[in-house]
Amino acid sequence: MNLPFIKKLSTKALIILISSELAAVVTGPPGNGDTPWVGFHDSITQKASFFGLFVTGRWALFYAIGIISYLAVHFFKKLNSNNSAMDSLRSQYSSVAKNKYFKLAAVLVIGVLAILLPTVITDPFWREAMVSQIAVFVLLALGLNVVVGFAGLLDLGFVAFYAVGAYATAWCTGALPMPPIFGSHVNPFFAIPIAIILAMVAGVILGIPTLRLRGDYLAIVTLGFGEIITLFANNLTGITGGAQGTEQVPHFSLHIGPLKYIWGLDPVPYYYLVIGFVILFIFIFYSLEHSRVGRAWTAIREDEVAAESLGINPLKYKVMAFAIGAASAGFAGVMTAAQSNFLTPATFTLALSINILVLVIFGGMGSIFGVVFGAIVIQTITMYLIHTPPAGYQPPDLYIYIGALLVIMMIFRPGGLFPARRRQRADVATSSLENSND
Amino acid sequence: MHGFLSYLNAHFHALRLEFWGLFIGGIGSGIIYAMVAIGYTMVYGVLRLINFAHSEIFMTGAFAGYFTLNYLIGSSSPTGFSSILLIIVGILAGGITGSFFAVVLERVAYRPLRIRKAPKIAYLISAIGASYFLLNLAAKEFGRIGRGIAQPYQNHTVFTIFGAPVEMYNIIIFVAAGIMLIIVDRLVSKTKLGRSIRSVAQDSETASLMGVDIDRTIAMTFVIGGFLGGAAGFLYALNVGVLYSMGFTPALKAFTAAVLGGIGNLRGAVIGGLILGVTESFTVVFFSGAYTDVVAFAILVLVLMFRPTGILGELIGRSA
Repeated sequence: MNLPFIKKLSTKALIILISSELAAVVTGPPGNGDTPWVGFHDSITQKASFFGLFVTGRWALFYAIGIISYLAVHFFKKLNSNNSAMDSLRSQYSSVAKNKYFKLAAVLVIGVLAILLPTVITDPFWREAMVSQIAVFVLLALGLNVVVGFAGLLDLGFVAFYAVGAYATAWCTGALPMPPIFGSHVNPFFAIPIAIILAMVAGVILGIPTLRLRGDYLAIVTLGFGEIITLFANNLTGITGGAQGTEQVPHFSLHIGPLKYIWGLDPVPYYYLVIGFVILFIFIFYSLEHSRVGRAWTAIREDEVAAESLGINPLKYKVMAFAIGAASAGFAGVMTAAQSNFLTPATFTLALSINILVLVIFGGMGSIFGVVFGAIVIQTITMYLIHTPPAGYQPPDLYIYIGALLVIMMIFRPGGLFPARRRQRADVATSSLENSND
Repeated sequence: MHGFLSYLNAHFHALRLEFWGLFIGGIGSGIIYAMVAIGYTMVYGVLRLINFAHSEIFMTGAFAGYFTLNYLIGSSSPTGFSSILLIIVGILAGGITGSFFAVVLERVAYRPLRIRKAPKIAYLISAIGASYFLLNLAAKEFGRIGRGIAQPYQNHTVFTIFGAPVEMYNIIIFVAAGIMLIIVDRLVSKTKLGRSIRSVAQDSETASLMGVDIDRTIAMTFVIGGFLGGAAGFLYALNVGVLYSMGFTPALKAFTAAVLGGIGNLRGAVIGGLILGVTESFTVVFFSGAYTDVVAFAILVLVLMFRPTGILGELIGRSA
């Protein structure tokens, strides 16, 4: 008898049991406050069919799925670790992926696909979701990526900049109780630069006092700031319209000489507009990442003291990261306000900040491709869950999965699906430095 | 200018009139903040990180107390000795549940990162994720509406201080929280466990060389912090009831209290909690109720900017 082996095996089995039953509870039917055990009891004992093959209790089903997925991951790891064929395949793949022409071709293909997308997707729900829930969130994730990924600052109140952009649009177009700057009925197009600038100013105003703080304090202060913005939007009825918000933000329209175009209710024109800005922001952020500024951000992220000793002013570059990240969130705010016509403080919750954070973490902090990919994948899944909800699923349950995903990513793959190359290299050095600091 | 002065004058007059009432209310909420703040401060001492999920420890404790009391009391209205017993049972239920979730949290969300020596941002993200998971799981399992707790005692005015009534509830939380805070203070300053916690807080590597079991000490720190957090959740819920999102605001304020007193400093956390509770209570006179949360937050930002080490200074190791 091999006792240590059996002990190890039973521990593994127990861990899989606990985590799969937890998954059963999370995906199971909801409970209620009068009989607290009902939700748990039903989630575990209800009958469920295993892909139509056989019917059994949910607990057994989830345990089976847990064991199968554990074995699959285990097998895949083994295959990865001692298989020279896989290694050579991977090195071939990475050499192809690094090829300049291949990259260019990939970008072109993705671009063409993005332009052709509205011809493929005709379902009105998905056309709407494509703009207001996916493309706008790509923008938000790109902005947060500058703050969290490039500069390494955990901002949990990012939604505040989104709110500033949206409210600035409503203000400029005369939809708020507060009188607009250029008279009423201004086209939201003119609001774009104002909203972006105001969001950036908000970034600077929030950044200058708070960015001197250590990382964990920064996180909690930004968290509080995000809450306070909502609180003010709710209570300053004379300025923001209070809890009802406003419903009168006009659509975009264009009147330049003979050119006349009005963005109406159809989401497709908005799609092209937002895609244009996504490309613009990707270009700007990519250039910044590979410029002097981007290198300074990396240096500050990896070791602030060392960066400072090399003549980099940490506060200046951190405030810059806040302001630049806020810019794309500000534009996302314009899009949301001008497309949906209405805005209320209830949109800009802490939950939304966490939602944006998970897009960045999932794809890979600091990797633009990863972040865009993560945002598209996660938002598509979210929208799918809203479109065709599985039994027992309520929309707010999404945040259970988001919370779990954050923890799982941090434990198993902290770099995200597509880790940033610069971060990968520096990973070992960072952790040892972090420790010697304490 | 004159308008502003008369505004201030009127409000200071109101403050004078209601001073003792507000003071008693402030002490009541302050002592709850103090209990939660101890959890933040102890975890910060040993791990050098803010336990973002502590708000959900508070919430689970409140729910445990709520279910236990509702089950035990039913529709009866207990008095005398049975009230005391019920309150003790509720505190134990809240505290033990809090400890349990705190230990699970440490085991699942923090220990794997600690073993890997992950950068600090990874801890914060993992903690936020765990917090959101627990929060929304509670919402799913126990519903999204607030519920009142079955009262284990008859609330009435016991005596008055300068005309301000002191209710049974104030006395209960003051006595219960006071006893727990004294026990924790003794535990950390006098026992072997307390010594190992302080040694890990000062220098974990050297402590491990001296034979301190780091993993066990950190787990015990979460047990103590979780017990106080969960029990505080129950005491808080006695007054306002339970709701899945109830932890967020008190926890943010407790964190402010921990920073105010000097994070890592146990007695500082208590003092910070009391100061914050009383200050916040007084500001109700000047601002509408909606902005009281802003006051606590403004205090947090100001303390962090101008005196980040707090009133009593940092470091758990030197506190006792």
